[in-house]
Amino acid sequence: MVGNALFFVFAGLAIACAISMVYHRNPLYSAVSLVGVFIALSCIYVTLAAPFIAAVQILIYAGAIMVLVVFVIMLLNLDEDKPLTRLRYLYAIGAGLGVILLAQTFFIFYAVMRAPNVPVAEDQTAGRTIDIGRAMYSEYLLPVEIVGVLLMMAVIGGVILSRKLTQPQLELVVDNEMERRGEDH
Amino acid sequence: MEPGLATYLALSGVLFTIGCVGVIFKRNAIGMFMCIELMLNAVNLTFVAFSRYYSDTTGQLFVFMVMSVAAAEAAVGLGIIIAFFRNSRSVDVDDASMLRN
Repeated sequence: MVGNALFFVFAGLAIACAISMVYHRNPLYSAVSLVGVFIALSCIYVTLAAPFIAAVQILIYAGAIMVLVVFVIMLLNLDEDKPLTRLRYLYAIGAGLGVILLAQTFFIFYAVMRAPNVPVAEDQTAGRTIDIGRAMYSEYLLPVEIVGVLLMMAVIGGVILSRKLTQPQLELVVDNEMERRGEDH
Repeated sequence: MEPGLATYLALSGVLFTIGCVGVIFKRNAIGMFMCIELMLNAVNLTFVAFSRYYSDTTGQLFVFMVMSVAAAEAAVGLGIIIAFFRNSRSVDVDDASMLRN
């Protein structure tokens, strides 16, 4: 009973924080609201008997990714977003898309509600960390390895993209090369 | 009222909608990036809900994969944003029109 009430509290918190994230023009306020969404979702994962995913959600999303985002916001010293003036038709497109997606959501809601009730599975082993780890290193070994390669590529790509461009050094090398060729001839 | 599978799917759909509308309304690249993260989280919630109701570990493994891809996306995406800021002194996506001419 308490768990049911908790779900609605955290669901409301998640939606409120999400709306606050879209509403605020200051990127830092948006980032803090997004952390609120992540924490609320993590609590919902706990009510869904998925403690591993809840912990990883806090560690990766609220910890690593949001620290990176806040760091970039502070590094670039971003000011507030300018209000939409030129692209006013975007409001119409966004509102229309939102209405369509919400209608779809409630259609799915009623379709699932009318379907034969899906009971919670009897054996509650799905969320146990030991089972996740076992599946990760036996059945899903190849995807996990591929994810490792992907993260390695992302690390290298991030470093290369965000380093300072060494254009002067490049020119220097080219100039030396040209001089040397001139001496040869 | 007891939250069933439909309730979790509805919450996920509402969060996805907010994220999708936010991508269109936001003008700076970091705001759009955060809205995309919100959409990924909405999908994660669907995976965990199905994993719980069908007692299948696969859903939670998919959430793990999605989180890894989101982390990779954060590293590369923020690198691109910093590189773009170096060139044009802004992160407004409307200024990203260098390829147009």
